[in-house]
Amino acid sequence: MSIFWTIWITTISLIVIIGCAVLLKLASKNSTNVKEGDPMPHTFDGIQELNNPLPKWWVGLFWFSIFTALIYSVAFPAYTANWNGFLNWSSSEQSVKSQAESDEVAKTSNSQYQREMNAAEEKYGAVFKKLAYTESGDYKDIEVIAKDTEAVKVGQRLFLQNCAQCHGSDARGGNGFPNLSDNDWLYGGEALTIKETIMKGRHGVMPAWKDILGEQGVKEVSTYVLQLSGRRVNSIEAQAGKDRFVMCAACHGPEGKGMHEFGAPNLTDKVWLYGGSRKAVEDTVRNGRNGVMPAWGDILGEDKVQLLAAFVYSLSQEK
Amino acid sequence: MTTATNIQPDYNMKVVRQFTLTTILWGIVGMSVGVLIAAQLIWPALNFDTPWLTYSRLRPLHTNAVIFAFGTSALMATSFYVVQRTCQTKLFGGPLASIVFWGWQLIILSAVITLPLGYTTSKEYAELEWPIDLLITAVWVVYAIVFFGTLTIRKTSHIYVANWFFGAFILTVAVLHIVNSLAIPLSMSSMKSYSIYSGAVDAMVQWWYGHNAVGFLLTAGFLGMMYYFVPKQANRPVYSYRLSIIHFWALIAVYIWAGPHHLHYTALPDWAQSLGMVMSIILFVPSWGGMINGIMTLSGAWHKLRTDPILRFLVVSLSFYGMSTFEGPMMAIKTVNALSHYTDWTVGHVHSGALGWVAMVTIGSLYHLVPRLFGQKGMYSVALINLHFWLATIGTVLYIVAMWISGVMQGLMWRAVNADGTLTYTFVESLEKSYPFYTIRLVGGIIFLSGMFVMAYNTYKTIAAKEGSIKPQELG
Repeated sequence: MSIFWTIWITTISLIVIIGCAVLLKLASKNSTNVKEGDPMPHTFDGIQELNNPLPKWWVGLFWFSIFTALIYSVAFPAYTANWNGFLNWSSSEQSVKSQAESDEVAKTSNSQYQREMNAAEEKYGAVFKKLAYTESGDYKDIEVIAKDTEAVKVGQRLFLQNCAQCHGSDARGGNGFPNLSDNDWLYGGEALTIKETIMKGRHGVMPAWKDILGEQGVKEVSTYVLQLSGRRVNSIEAQAGKDRFVMCAACHGPEGKGMHEFGAPNLTDKVWLYGGSRKAVEDTVRNGRNGVMPAWGDILGEDKVQLLAAFVYSLSQEK
Repeated sequence: MTTATNIQPDYNMKVVRQFTLTTILWGIVGMSVGVLIAAQLIWPALNFDTPWLTYSRLRPLHTNAVIFAFGTSALMATSFYVVQRTCQTKLFGGPLASIVFWGWQLIILSAVITLPLGYTTSKEYAELEWPIDLLITAVWVVYAIVFFGTLTIRKTSHIYVANWFFGAFILTVAVLHIVNSLAIPLSMSSMKSYSIYSGAVDAMVQWWYGHNAVGFLLTAGFLGMMYYFVPKQANRPVYSYRLSIIHFWALIAVYIWAGPHHLHYTALPDWAQSLGMVMSIILFVPSWGGMINGIMTLSGAWHKLRTDPILRFLVVSLSFYGMSTFEGPMMAIKTVNALSHYTDWTVGHVHSGALGWVAMVTIGSLYHLVPRLFGQKGMYSVALINLHFWLATIGTVLYIVAMWISGVMQGLMWRAVNADGTLTYTFVESLEKSYPFYTIRLVGGIIFLSGMFVMAYNTYKTIAAKEGSIKPQELG
């Protein structure tokens, strides 16, 4: 903040505050020629105004608020960004511009945010560590954590706060959001894969085929896809679709069983990410799909993701 | 139109009558939309899957209708009435007053059409798009010319305190509206525009505007109303001339700084947050100056409260004013704000000001005004005014108490933490717990709205009666 703006803000705000004080001082004395309690010598549409003194308690309150304001505004940052007041207080590191910078200043910062984060770490960190780490300081295996009911409960709370918005409170997902409880996986259900999905996020892209296949082609491929999952369809149209499926096989595999490397769904089961009606399948083939799972590593930190992964993993182990 | 004996014939009372009646009409419209969206929060299906009936489009319609259609019509009616009577002169500018009335109705109508259609700048309390913003500016300038023009041709030596407040309200709202609405249209044939501000600056300008819309429109403007109608209805002199001077200047000088308290713990620089907070704390005292001056004006006339429901409206409105101007500075303190921000507490606070202060002082003033405007000696039924008083009071209390409880509950639920450091409640759990209070709020709103229908009926009967046929009722 430049010196000009500091002077500008300080001057105008002090004029207002000190102006109030001066006005209060003046109005506390009777400088009119009218005796206190008598009406002023003017009337407006029959309304008179008495020259009553200011209530004493109100004047006292006014002085108190003015002094409180002046003291607060030198104890805390006010008027300028260049000084944090004599208490050296800040809400957070407001000038930080990147995650890396944020991690760096966190080590030394005295902001209220950082102090609260440190206090939380001190209070809750140990509980967390015990759930996620072995005594030698390594992460416990996710499969092991998944058997610890206390740890799974913590993982579930994290899930309800951060994941339930898309995947649902019961983790059964919804249209466009995978069901996490059915042991059918887009990217693989191994514990470490689940953790990687949460840490780094996923971006599942199904291209739009309408320009390449044409409307007839979209219909035929969709028919074949429906046949793959055991639906009764027009077999001639399905055969035509099968001939065109070569292009799809690059990701979904020659038999349509999907590939975890690409997050390409298995098309031969009855699980549908974007709906299994003919219309929904045709829409998927025609216009493509764009599924995004955000990366949570930077938001939650690895410790929490470890427990979260254990909770998600546990969901499909019970069956 | 013939005039009543207590109105001197050269006053322009036509525009006052027009604004008075539209105040009641828009009050009913704006509050009905409020009741509908309160019901939608309990039963979302009430939007009938119709885009222009969704909460997101009706909420701005509700706020615009009650602030700019109901509230501002009331201010225009009373300011035109008060400035003429206290300056002893007819409104300046002849037909200009008529332009203000029809221009303002056109603006309200465009809001009623464009907001449900989804046209919005997305700036709170300033959602109207740029062509309507330009129209507002033009009409407002005409309003200012008429008002200040009348002041300059006044027949009295001094300017009465009510007019200071009206004047401050008119000037500041003009500045606020123009600065906050600066935007670049996508093209001259498009309704869409983009604000010239971005990021934290945009947020600051928005709340500098938003908070002073409250400060200068809903506070200063209505204090102007109070300073005329309270001494008139009580038939008592204003308590303290000196108090009115200091609380006026302190109020307008300090209020303009208070906006940053809407942005505590955000990307707004810390220094601006602190400054907004300390100014808000000082603001408490001059705000109460107005309440003291209003209530103490009744000293020597307290017994009138037993029999005069109009005076009761005015005094209860001052009590709600005092309550919300204490609550506001308290909520501006960072540690309190950390609990109250983003919860229903804010909604309750706004409505204790909007229903308790703004609507009730307006209703009281209108009951004083209507008989005088339409050549009667009193309202058609004092019993109905009394009924309206109780409906309004009970409705307001139900509304704000429900929002206080649900607001504090939400704030506490959101910050509750388990022994392992995870949050105790999910957001949807706090929502579930809020439903009973949403229902109480809806009931309060319906009760308040029903009072407005009673008022409309009473006003209709007063106007429809043969001129001069209603005698002043024996009160009590």
